This record gives sequence, C-alpha cells and structure tokens, in this order.
Amino acid sequence: MTAFILYKSIICLAIFILSLTVAAYASWWERKLSGFLQDRYGPNRAGKWGLLQPLADGGKMLFKEEIIPNLSNKFLFVIAPGIFIITTIVAGVLIPWAPPVKIGDTYYAMQATDIDIGVVFLLGVTSVGVYGIMIGGWASNNKYSLLGAIRASAQMISYELAMGISLIALIISAGGTLSFSEILQVQDAGYANVVWQPLGFVIFFVCSLAETNRAPFDLAECETELVGGYHTEYSAFKLGLFLFAEYMAMFVSSAVMAGFYFGGYNFPFAAELYQAMGLEEGSWIITLIGFTVYFAKTLLFISVFMWIRWTLPRFRYDQLMNLGWKALLPLSLLNLAITVVVEFIRGNIQF
Amino acid sequence: MQLTTRSKVVSNKQLSFAERIYLPALLKGMFITLSHLFKKKVTILYPEVKREHAPVYRGQHVLKRDENGAERCTSCGMCAVACPAEAITMESGERKKGEEHLYREEKYAAKYEINMLRCIFCGLCEEACPKEAIFLTDRIVPTEFEREDFIYGKDKLVELVDKRVDVSKRQTPEVLAFKKLEGMRHNVLYTKKLTTKSESKS
Amino acid sequence: MLGYTITQWLFGILSFLAVMFALLVVFSKNPVHSVLYLVLTFFCIAGHYLLMNAQFLAIVHIAVYAGAIMVLFLFVIMLLNLNEQHEPRRTSVSRIIGVIVAGLFLMVLVGVLKGTEQLQLTNTANAEAGLIKNLGQVLFNEFLFPFEIVSILLLAALVGAIMLGKKEVKENVNENRI
Repeated sequence: MTAFILYKSIICLAIFILSLTVAAYASWWERKLSGFLQDRYGPNRAGKWGLLQPLADGGKMLFKEEIIPNLSNKFLFVIAPGIFIITTIVAGVLIPWAPPVKIGDTYYAMQATDIDIGVVFLLGVTSVGVYGIMIGGWASNNKYSLLGAIRASAQMISYELAMGISLIALIISAGGTLSFSEILQVQDAGYANVVWQPLGFVIFFVCSLAETNRAPFDLAECETELVGGYHTEYSAFKLGLFLFAEYMAMFVSSAVMAGFYFGGYNFPFAAELYQAMGLEEGSWIITLIGFTVYFAKTLLFISVFMWIRWTLPRFRYDQLMNLGWKALLPLSLLNLAITVVVEFIRGNIQF
Repeated sequence: MQLTTRSKVVSNKQLSFAERIYLPALLKGMFITLSHLFKKKVTILYPEVKREHAPVYRGQHVLKRDENGAERCTSCGMCAVACPAEAITMESGERKKGEEHLYREEKYAAKYEINMLRCIFCGLCEEACPKEAIFLTDRIVPTEFEREDFIYGKDKLVELVDKRVDVSKRQTPEVLAFKKLEGMRHNVLYTKKLTTKSESKS
Repeated sequence: MLGYTITQWLFGILSFLAVMFALLVVFSKNPVHSVLYLVLTFFCIAGHYLLMNAQFLAIVHIAVYAGAIMVLFLFVIMLLNLNEQHEPRRTSVSRIIGVIVAGLFLMVLVGVLKGTEQLQLTNTANAEAGLIKNLGQVLFNEFLFPFEIVSILLLAALVGAIMLGKKEVKENVNENRI
C-alpha cells in the first residue's frame, strides 16, 4: 500500500512538473516561433536563445500591481483563475506518457490514473473548466468582462458537442473502450487511429482549438472589440494564471490528440526496433523511448497550434457559431455514421 | 469618374465549394507562413550590430575643441537664434588669465544647454555657427527615465580632449565652401551688429 | 476511526456538504451565488455516485448538470443582472401561496421517505455494477424500451427548442423596408 501511494505520488508530481515546465516554455516557444514566422529572432536576450524568458515573464507578472476592482465579488474574483488552472491540470492526469515499466514482477503504468471511462472524464473536466471563465468574468463586475466570459464559455460549450461526437466515432473504431491506455494499446497492435478517423481528427483538432481559446477562436484575447474578454479586470499574477492555464490546456489537448489519433508512445515498427535492440517487454529503455516519442508528438502539435495562430485571422463571433453548429456538428454526425458503416464492414461490430 | 487606377469592381459572386470550405485557402496561408520560417531574418541585433548611418545623418550634438584642446564656442548665441525649436540656451563668461588653454577666445560659454526633447535635429545650429564649434554627429541620443536628464549640459556636449569626436564627415569640401559664401557673411555681420547695438545702449 | 470505515466517513462528510450547500442555494440572496452553490451540491452528489461505484453516472452528472445546464442557468442570471433592488415586492398573498405549496411538498416528501424506511445503504453489493460495460448491458437489454422512449422525448424537446428559437418569418418583408 505504501509502495503504491509512493509510486502514484511520484507519477503525479512528475506529470505536474512536466505540465508546468512545458506550459512555461510553450510561452517561450510561442514567441520564438512567431518571431521565426515573421522573419524575426524572437526573445534572445534573457539567457542563451532567450531561454530564461519564462522566468523573466513570471517575475514581471509577480511584481506588477495587483488590482482587485472595488465593486467586484472579491472571493470569486480571486478563486476564478484557480478553478481554471485546476481543471486543466486535472485533465492531464489521464495521459499515459509511456509504456508500463516492469520492476520485479509488477508492471507500473506511467499514468497517474487509468479510469475506465477516461474519455468521458476528459469531457466532464473540460466542461467544468468553463466555470473559471464564467466566474472570473462575472465577479469582475464589468460588462465587457461579462460579455467576454459569456462568449468564451458559449464557444466552449458549443464546440464540446462536436468534440464529443467525434470522440464517440473514435471510440467505436478503437474497439469500444473508453480507457485512455487501452486506446493506445489498440493503436500499438494496428494502425494509428487517424487512419480510420481522418475526418474525426480534423473535427477534433478544430474543436480543441476552440476549447483552448486559441486562435483563430481566441475571441477572449481580442482587444479591439471585447476590451480583452473575460480577463479584462485581471492583473498581475492572476492574469498570469489565466494565460498560464491557457498554455497548459494547449499542452494537455496536444497530448490528448497525439494519444487518441497518432498512437501516443507507439510508432511504426516499434516492436521490430525493440526486438533488434534485444529489449524485453517492460524494460525501462522502452519506456524512455516511448516517452520521448510521445513527447515529440505533443510538441509537434503545440507547434502546429502556434503556427495556426500566427497565420489565420480571428473568426467573427457569428462565423464561429456557424462553424460550430452548422458545419462541425453535422460533419461529426456524418463521421459517426460513416464510422459505423466502415467498422461493420471491417467486422468490428455486429448487430 | 475614375479617381484612381487601383479601384476594384466589387463582385458579389457566389463562392465556389472549394472557397466555401476554406480549407484550400487555409492551407495556402499556412504554407506561406511556413515558408517564412526559412527566410533570412531582417532584424538587426542592435548593440552588437549597428546599422550604417548615412554620411549626413544628424544625431547627438558635440561642442568641438580646437587643435590645442581649447573650446571653440564663443557663446555668440547664433545657434540659439537659428534654432527653430528653441532648444538651446547658454550663458557666457569672460576668460580669466591662465585659462587660455581652456577657451580659445576671451568670451566663452559658461553654461551651454540643449534640450534633447525639444531638439528636432535639423542642423541649423551647425549651419549658423561662425566658429565651427557645434556639430551634429552620428551618435544616437540615448533614452532616459526623467525629463530633466534630457537637458544636456556642457558635461555631455563638449568633446573630451583625449577622446575627440570625428566630424570630418560633416565637413565635406562642399560644406566648407558653403560656409565661405558671401551669403553666409550675415553670420559675421549679425554678430557685429549685435555687439554695436549693445555698445550704443551702454 | 471511531468505529466507522473510510466509506462511511466519506458518506457522512459528503452528505453534510451536500445538505449545507443545498441550504445555501435557498438562503443566499444573490442568485449567482445560489447557482454556484447548486453546482457544488451537484459535485457532492457526484461524490455519492462514486461511493456507490457508479463512476459513469458521476462523470455524466458533472458533465451534463454542472458543465452544461448550470452554465446556461448562469448565462441567464448574469444577463438579467438580478440584484436586490430589482427583486419584485412579495405580497402577502404570494407568501401564503408559497407556504401552502411548500407544506404540500413537504408532506409528499415525508410520505415518500416513510415508504422507503427499510432501505439500506447497499453499496457493496456489486463493485462492478457501475462500470460502463455492465451499465450498457443493463441499459440496452432490460431497460431498452424506457431508454428509447426517453430518447424520443429528448428529440421532441430538441425540435421544440429549435422551433421556439427560430425567428418568425415575416410576410411582406419588402413593405417593412422604408
């Protein structure tokens, strides 16, 4: 029992630190990549290649003046960024970062917890994340914040539907399991899910852009028409937490996409490679390689998120709603129907 | 009536299917930005690399010394009169005995201030100067945090004896010839007029 | 611990919190606070589901009730901008009616609870009962008919909502233009 608690604590701590580091350095990489895409260098003064930039940014956020609006609801105003960041961290516990390692006779999964309804849990947690935005926007006692919060949360709720339905199609083609680690094991044996779910992947990708409030769906960030969205009244580190949570959400959703659709820690000819290297199942080297592969895929997705941000202009709000309800939702239903037919032909489901 | 050649006829034609699903246009845009990833950076990394200034660049002023290290400025006030932004103020002093190595002529500027926030770097002070004492150089005026720090006194303006500022770029033969033109005589004449006026008053 | 198992402790704490938050829903003056307390109540109830090994139900409860329905409640309340000054004055008639309705509801509740007096806390019956596989088996075998009825009901509600939300098509649109 003690060993179990110790092992779970270590895994949780490792995932926590990993998410924080990646979120911090995602902001650095965002600025760097945006620089490269615009023929600039990006931050290069703080440390080598500007690597200390996240520290400098964090320090700046810490030392800024903390403003709490006089007529705001102070308690809710303060806890709103906390709610937002907690939900994004909790979503990250599901991700199995590497193949299980074998110590003695027992296998230790590189995952904080393997819930058998992991996919539903993910949807539930993201839907709770809306509260951070809603409460923050309302507690500011500012009509611009309120409108921004309502826009952002309406956007998240709308895109959750198409996301959920594209996930149902994914679950059907992944053999009817809702557990994250089993979805990865299915892809170990066969092809990556994106082969069977290309349309589903596109829908899921667009929806996760909207869910994480990233461009081109970043109406919350928009200064010109919304005066900064739900975090208009926030300053100093509370604003930092909101922005940090956004990067963390981006990291988690990139990891989820890499896992659900691109095989996670699996890669083509992995089994052959491990055999050629003479590694047995459960070896820590396999775990290490698997983790590296998964991490690389995740970083690739993060970069694509950023690439999109620095290419596409922002959607107008009615266009955003049209895309969500009139394009993505019917498309995801169509994808579901196609999936059922395809899986029936493949013989994976019987009536 | 056509006012410009760049006008475009607005058309409300229906978008084709490819245009309506955005994706082709979207991918095109994505590859445009991707191609910029591999282009040469246009940034000049300032403190390490400095951009070449044009030879006639007008930056921070310098008050020159002569060959012996004495200040050339005689506090005649021509520059202050010429200055359209009224950025220059000065107070004159009389040279004492034993200060010949410091000031070239009997009258000198005891105080000489240029307000860099007012200065528009037009170079008229340089043009007006009969003693070739003030020049604009290719140095950039640094930023400060306080407004007072932008008022440059003699400590910042006068060049150091052992660290002369090169103004040969501004003293091209054309400029030297221009300074000797008959039209520029007013510099000298105006000074004379001023001195006679003050004498007659007293 | 004091003769109780961890499950019983959790049950007690969750029940206390659920009842407390439920009371706060009623007693808080600010409607937005009421909604937020209601969300917390839902979380406590989801905790109860977890104690009964009904993980799927717990998560769906959070996702649907806390994550979707209450957000819409919040939308409405926030946009209406309700506060104490705008609250309509309660006449004595409405108060009397309210007391009568609440009393009747209490009677119904007491009656229902009396009927279930012998109900025991049977959470250890089957640890696998709440897993999604078993839930699906039960739902699509024994309860297939009610399930389909409910889905038709939801579909009808969906169509109704769309009909309500649709703009009325005006005739003679051109005449309205100036």
